Amino acid sequence: MYAAIEAVRQGAASVLLLDRSLIGRGGATVMAQMTVAAAVGPGDDWRHHLADTLAAGRGLCDPALAALLCEVGAECILEMDRWKVGWARAGNGFAQVQAPGHDRARCVYVDFLSTGPAVSKALRAQVQRVGDAIRRIGEVLVTDLVVQDGRVTGAVALHVASGVALTIAAAATIIATGGLTRLYARNSASANMSGDGYALALRAGATLLDMEFVQFFPIGHLAPRLIGMDPIMWDPFRYKLGGRLLNGAMQEFVERWGGDAENGTYSTTRDLATYAITKEVEAGRGSPNGGAWLSFTHVPAATLRAAFGPVIDRLAANGIDLTRDCIEVSPIAHYHMGGVRVDTAMRTDLPGLLCAGEAVGGANGANRLSGNAITEALAFGRIAGAEAARQAAEGAPDFSAAAAREALALLAGEGPAQNPAALVARLQRLMSTDVGPFRTAGGLARAAAELAVLRAELGTTPPGAPGLAHDLARLDWLDLRQMLLVAEAVVVAATARVESRGAHQREDFPEMSPAWERNLPLRLRAGANVPELVS
Amino acid sequence: MPTTTLHIRRGGPGEAPRHDVFELRFEPGESVLDALRRLRIGTDPTLAFRYACLNANACKECMMLLDGRVVYACTARLEARDMRLDPLPNKTLLRDLATVIAPPDERLD
Ligand SMILES: Cc1cc2nc3c(=O)[nH]c(=O)nc-3n(C[C@H](O)[C@H](O)[C@H](O)COP(=O)(O)OP(=O)(O)OC[C@H]3O[C@@H](n4cnc5c(N)ncnc54)[C@H](O)[C@@H]3O)c2cc1C
Ligand code: FES
Repeated sequence: MYAAIEAVRQGAASVLLLDRSLIGRGGATVMAQMTVAAAVGPGDDWRHHLADTLAAGRGLCDPALAALLCEVGAECILEMDRWKVGWARAGNGFAQVQAPGHDRARCVYVDFLSTGPAVSKALRAQVQRVGDAIRRIGEVLVTDLVVQDGRVTGAVALHVASGVALTIAAAATIIATGGLTRLYARNSASANMSGDGYALALRAGATLLDMEFVQFFPIGHLAPRLIGMDPIMWDPFRYKLGGRLLNGAMQEFVERWGGDAENGTYSTTRDLATYAITKEVEAGRGSPNGGAWLSFTHVPAATLRAAFGPVIDRLAANGIDLTRDCIEVSPIAHYHMGGVRVDTAMRTDLPGLLCAGEAVGGANGANRLSGNAITEALAFGRIAGAEAARQAAEGAPDFSAAAAREALALLAGEGPAQNPAALVARLQRLMSTDVGPFRTAGGLARAAAELAVLRAELGTTPPGAPGLAHDLARLDWLDLRQMLLVAEAVVVAATARVESRGAHQREDFPEMSPAWERNLPLRLRAGANVPELVS
Repeated sequence: MPTTTLHIRRGGPGEAPRHDVFELRFEPGESVLDALRRLRIGTDPTLAFRYACLNANACKECMMLLDGRVVYACTARLEARDMRLDPLPNKTLLRDLATVIAPPDERLD
């Protein structure tokens, strides 16, 4: 949405904003309940934020992209404030909390647990204010990009509500499809995060990088069943109240796996906490459902209520009283550091194709700092929008219907009945088992073999006849087509990186190696199913 | 594990209304959306309903009627009894439990 707004501000006359779900409601942004990192506090400077971002990225950040995230991101946060997003205040400035890995309190938020909905709402309001230059159409699933002589000239899409296939001509196209968390059985984001942008870019001929770096959020909610709240909601509780992470025997354990004693504070980084919980469970000391306990029982009821107000009532409706009950948490797929390779104007290798948001690779390297993702989405959206407007002003080649023919033929195909929902569930299980935060050569080889089996079962034609309204079986088939390609990219890169760094941990290569302080770019050769490493 | 019996309205616009009946075991605390998604994986992949955020109650896509009352399927809990699910009555029906809920100016005409 930021990209669309900026494109019009920079002179674009006609912007099409598409989403497979409802506009501004279908992705991770609306779900983010927590905090946004930006150097907007007194004495802070985007260069300090950059230093922290580069350190967290373990040598793999693209420094130019990381700098844009920190510098332009701070401007966007201030602009969002003018757009009345409602950042919480303290005294004359913003209320800011310190998240692990940041050198100071740098993260703004909207109370209570309303950051994402507030960001989405403020952007939606701005999009509407911009007026008719932005045409919004929901329920449009982009399935392929259209490429003419190496240049992206538009896209082919399925209108989910009617089942009708669409072609779209565009002088510039921005991929802003978010991450790939749906590849995993336990994930924190929406069902729309199938990694479509990565697959679209690969099939069009663009380059991906850092695909092996999937961030697992260590304390995703595990039990008891909690509804109406996002599964990573315990993070803000830890920011504000500390909390204690305990094993099945109610003992603290982070120190055993290389962490520092927390003493009721929140200081353990995401990768270390994921490691400590996984190892503790493997050692047979997990909580009943295979995770760790998180306890706030030492925090007085009045303090809980002051920090989280109405959220305490929502927990009570789920039967949880934090003064009495501990909850169970365990790692959950949350964010993807890797993505489409871009330059500082968000241009991919292909003329006419830009990328923005979580779909971009490189800014966060091997591990993302908490709070950097929304900042990245806003900043890169703004930059991509400006560049798209510039490109549109230069004009575009004539759209050739012939270049869209193959992609349209896929959507017109009529295949045998099958159950792609069950195949998606199988993919999610295999990715969780063998391509989770801890990997081995054996597990990755098994995953590669199972992906090939799934691809064979998927076939080449979506099930049933085209043209049915809200046909979830065909939709799952099309999603799985993209998910399999993206899963291959993760497996190929994770197999190649024979070291452990940030979010990519190889149990057979536990050390970080200076020789591997480089990114792994991937491309898909025409007609191939599996992407290849390129040097 | 308790069992719920879901009576789910099926079909598209203009078709004679019918309710398919599914019996399903569930863990206490699970949502109606959990059950619908499990049915698609295990029993009937063609069952149509809307959802995006799964659990967070952020996307507001999963609205439907439970025993005649509007609920979010992702926050309505399963119960060990007969439960009737219908599409929103005041929206255009797409199929089964899915209706057109996008604002008018965000639709493809
Ligand atoms: C529960 C949760 C909490 C989080 N909390 C925080 C936080 O506190 N702070 C922080 O900085 N980050 C947080 N993150 C991460 C952050 O929210 C995301 O990285 C960021 O919002 C991504 O924004 P985006 O615009 O790139 O993508 P998204 O907001 O995910 O939007 C992508 C959109 O693309 C659409 N789409 C996907 N594929 C297609 C297709 N083929 N055709 C058409 N449309 C398509 C989707 O429907 C979606 O609407 C959180 C993430 C989650 C899941
Ligand atoms: S699935 Fe998003 S609100 Fe219910």
